[in-house]
Amino acid sequence: MKPLPKFLSALATAGACAALLAGCGKPQTGSASKGNTDAEITQAAVDSYVPPGEKDEYYLFYSGGHSGQVFVAGIPSMRHIMTIPVFAPYPGLGYGFDEESKKLLGDYTWGDVHHPGLSQTDGNYDGRWLFVNDNANNRVARIDLRDFKTKEILGPIPNSMGNHGSSFVTENSEYVLVATRFSVPLPKGTVADLEDYEEKFNGMVSGIKVDPKSGEMSVGWQILTPPFNWDLGSTGKGPSSGWAFWTSYNTEMAHDQLETNASQLDRDLAAVVNWKAAEQAVKEGKATEMSGVPIIDPAKVPGVLYYVGIAKSPHGMDVDPTGHWIVAGGKLQPTTTVLNFEKIQKAIATKDFEGEFRGVPILNHDSVVEGEVPVGLGPLHTQYDGLGNAYTSLFIDSQVAKWKMPPWTDEEKKDLTSVVLDKIPVHYSIGHLVVAGSDTKNPYGKWLVAMNKLSKGRHLSVGPAQPEDSELIDITGKKMRVVYESFTEPEPHFAQILKADAIKPIEVYPKAESTDPNAIWTAEEAGQVRKGNEVIAKMTAIRSRFVPDRLEAKVGDTLTVHITNVEQASDMIHGFGLVENNMNVVIDPGETKTLKVKLTKPGVYPYYCTNFCSALHQEMQGYLVVRNADAVIPDDEPVNPASLEAVPDTNAVDGEPAVPATSMPKVPKEG
Amino acid sequence: MTKLLDQEYRFLHKSLNGWSRLLLLLAAVTVAAAVFFPLWKLHLVAPQYADGLDMVIYTYKLEGGGLNGNDLDEINLLNHYIGMKPIHQADFTEMQVLPFMFGVFFLLALRAAVFGEMKAVVDLFMLAAYFGMFSIGTFYFRLYSYGHNLDSTAPMPTQPFTPLIFGTQKIANFTQSSYPEMGTYLLWAFMAMLLAAIWFSRKGRALPTP
Repeated sequence: MKPLPKFLSALATAGACAALLAGCGKPQTGSASKGNTDAEITQAAVDSYVPPGEKDEYYLFYSGGHSGQVFVAGIPSMRHIMTIPVFAPYPGLGYGFDEESKKLLGDYTWGDVHHPGLSQTDGNYDGRWLFVNDNANNRVARIDLRDFKTKEILGPIPNSMGNHGSSFVTENSEYVLVATRFSVPLPKGTVADLEDYEEKFNGMVSGIKVDPKSGEMSVGWQILTPPFNWDLGSTGKGPSSGWAFWTSYNTEMAHDQLETNASQLDRDLAAVVNWKAAEQAVKEGKATEMSGVPIIDPAKVPGVLYYVGIAKSPHGMDVDPTGHWIVAGGKLQPTTTVLNFEKIQKAIATKDFEGEFRGVPILNHDSVVEGEVPVGLGPLHTQYDGLGNAYTSLFIDSQVAKWKMPPWTDEEKKDLTSVVLDKIPVHYSIGHLVVAGSDTKNPYGKWLVAMNKLSKGRHLSVGPAQPEDSELIDITGKKMRVVYESFTEPEPHFAQILKADAIKPIEVYPKAESTDPNAIWTAEEAGQVRKGNEVIAKMTAIRSRFVPDRLEAKVGDTLTVHITNVEQASDMIHGFGLVENNMNVVIDPGETKTLKVKLTKPGVYPYYCTNFCSALHQEMQGYLVVRNADAVIPDDEPVNPASLEAVPDTNAVDGEPAVPATSMPKVPKEG
Repeated sequence: MTKLLDQEYRFLHKSLNGWSRLLLLLAAVTVAAAVFFPLWKLHLVAPQYADGLDMVIYTYKLEGGGLNGNDLDEINLLNHYIGMKPIHQADFTEMQVLPFMFGVFFLLALRAAVFGEMKAVVDLFMLAAYFGMFSIGTFYFRLYSYGHNLDSTAPMPTQPFTPLIFGTQKIANFTQSSYPEMGTYLLWAFMAMLLAAIWFSRKGRALPTP
C-alpha cells in the first residue's frame, strides 16, 4: 500500500481513540483492541484503510457455504464487493431466472460451497477460473474470472456422495480432485442396511478433468475407497507433483453416533494418492466401469493409493509451497503431523509398510513423519507464507499458531514446542484460514484471513441469526497482528486470495463477441411472433426503454423473451422484472438473456427495468397484455409494426429519440 | 503606384531558392501526413464519466474514444435525452472531400517545389488559408445545427446551444472541451512552411518575363 497522506493518519488516530474510549466504558472481553496501545491500533487502522476511490491490493474469494454462493471481498479493506451466484438463485443478478442459469442450477436451488480453488499453471495462480465444490449435491462449479460468472456446474458426480474433499486443483489445472465425505452403497440408488456399512458402503476419490483451453469439466476416473469419511486434502507440487493427499476421520467406519464412534482410534488413515498413476491405470485399461466412469480398485492396481495414520480425527492436509512437506491437523490431538514427502517416496520404494487395509499398504508412520508439532488445541488447517513459516488454525483454542517448518535442528527436534513461534487469539472458534497464495509455489504471504465460525456478539446485534467473523491478520512481522474484522454472511469455509493485477476482468460484453443467435442490436429487429401457443419476443434494452414496450399474449401461452442489452458502456446494466410472474432477469451490457414464462392468468402485467440505469430508469417499462385463452388473434403475422421503424436505431440512436418506442400489435377481438 | 504594382509583379515572378524548394517538399510531406492524424477532439467529462468521453475528428472519419470506440454511441445515447440528432459520420459530407483536398495541397506543394515559382506558393497558401477558414466555418455551422435543432418533445428540454469549437465550457453536468489535434497542427505547420518558403526567397532573382 502507498503511504497514507497525513490527514488519513489523523483520521485513523481519531477512530482508534474512539475505539479506546468505548473500550474504557466497559470491559470488552476478547476485543481485538484489548491490550493494544493507541499506536498499535492506529497502525492497524492505517494498514487496513483503503481510502474512497482507491482499490484493494488483493481479491478475496470466500466460499459462501450453504448460501450456495461465492463472496468477493478486497484485502486489506475486507470490503465485500460482490456475490457470485453459483448454486442458488440470486435475484440481485437475475441468476436462476433466465433459461441459461436455470439450466446450470438444474433441479437444485441450493448448494453448500466449501473450498474454492483457483486454476493454476506451473503451480501458480493463472487467473483463469475459480472452482468451487457443492458438499450437498456432489457438484463442482467453474467460475470464469474474465467476467466473474458461473460458467459450468458439473454433477451430481456419479458414485460420489458428499463432495466435501474438493476443489483441489492440480499443478497445471489438469484436474480438480474430489474426495467423498459420505459413503453410500454404490452405484447411487442402491439400498443397503446401515448395519452393513463396512462391507457395502464405499467412498470415492474422483479426478474431474479440466479441458486446458475451455475449462470444461468431465469426470475422468475414480478410485474406490473404504467408507472412511474423507476430509480435506491438497495437491502436490514440485517433488510431490502428481500426488494428492486427504485426511479421513472415520477409519472406525462407524455409521451411527459418529461423534463418539468415529473418535475411537488414535490415528485415522489419510490417503496418499498418485493421481498420475491413476490416470495411467485408466489408459492401460485397468479400470472397470460404474455409472459410465472408469473405476480403479486400488487393491488391484498397486501404486495408486497408500495410507498413512494421522492423529487424531484430522481435518486439513496441506502441501507446503516447496512440495516437500505435508501438514495434517489433528482435530482431537493438539498437534499437527508433518509428513516428509521424500520419506514417503522412500517408504514406498522400500515397502516400509506397517500393514495394509483391504489390499492397500499403510506406510510406516514413524518412517514418514518428520514430527508432530504441539501447536495447540483443535488444529484444523494449515497455510504457508513461503518464508518457511506455517500457520495453523486452532478451533478449540480460538487461536492461530505460527510455527517454523522443517528442516529443524536436532535441538528443535528434541522439543518441538520450540518451533511454535507465535499465537494470536481470534474471535471465535476459527475453522479455516487462508494465507495469500499459500497453495501455490510462490505465496504472496503478507496477509492471513481467519475465518471464525462464531462471532458471538462482536457485531451489532442482529438477533439470534449470526454472521461469521473474518479477521485480517498481518503476518509480515515477528508477531502476528489482527488489523481488521469483518462479518460475513453464512458461511465461509475456505477462501483464495488473488493479487488484483493477476486478472483483468471485462466490464462489457463486446458486441463483436456476441454469439447468441437471438441477440438483436437494433430496435428494427425487435418485436414478437406467435408459433402456436408460443409467443416469442426479441427485445432490446437501452437507456431508458425496452423495445418493444408492449407484448401481447393469451392465457395458456408460453412467452419467451430474448432480451439484449445493447449498451456497450460499463455498469449500464438493465433488469427485466415482470410483475406477478416471478420473473427478474438482469442483463449486463452487451449480453443477451432468454426468459420463459407460462402465462396462466389474464390481465395486464407491467414489466420494468429492475436495475437502476439512468435518470429515466423509472420510465423504463412496458406492458404485457394477457388476454383470455379464447381471445381471437387475427393472424400470426409478426408484430413488428410500422411505428417500430420510427424508433431510433438503438445502437446509433437514430431518428426521433424523444418518441417512446412503442410496438402496436394488431389488437385482437375478445372472443 | 505603377512602381508598387511592378514590384508586386516582380515579387510574384521571383524564382525559389533551394531552401524554399526544400521547405515546399517538407510541406508536401506534412500535409500528406495530416490526413492520417486526428484533426480535432471533443472531450466530455462528467462525474459519472471521470475518464471522459471522446469524439475524434479525422479528415475522413469520425471516431469515438473508449473501449471499442463506444464513446460516440454513448454521446449519442446521452444526447437523445435532450433531443439532439445523433452524430453520424455519414452526415459529415466534408469528410468525402477533405482527404482529396489534402491530396491536392500535396500535389500543389510538389508542383511549386518543382516549378520554383513564387506565385505558385502564394496561390497555394491563399487556397489553403481559404479552405482552412471555410472548414472551420462549416464545422461551426454543424455544431450550431446539432445544438439548435433539438426535438421539443425530448425528455430533458434544453436551451439551444452551440458546442464550443475551441476552448472549454460547461453544458449541464458535462464539461466540454474542444481542441485541435496533431492533424491540425500538421496543417498549421504546412501553412507555416509555405510562408517560410516565401520568406526565404523574398530577395531572390525575378524570372525574366517570357
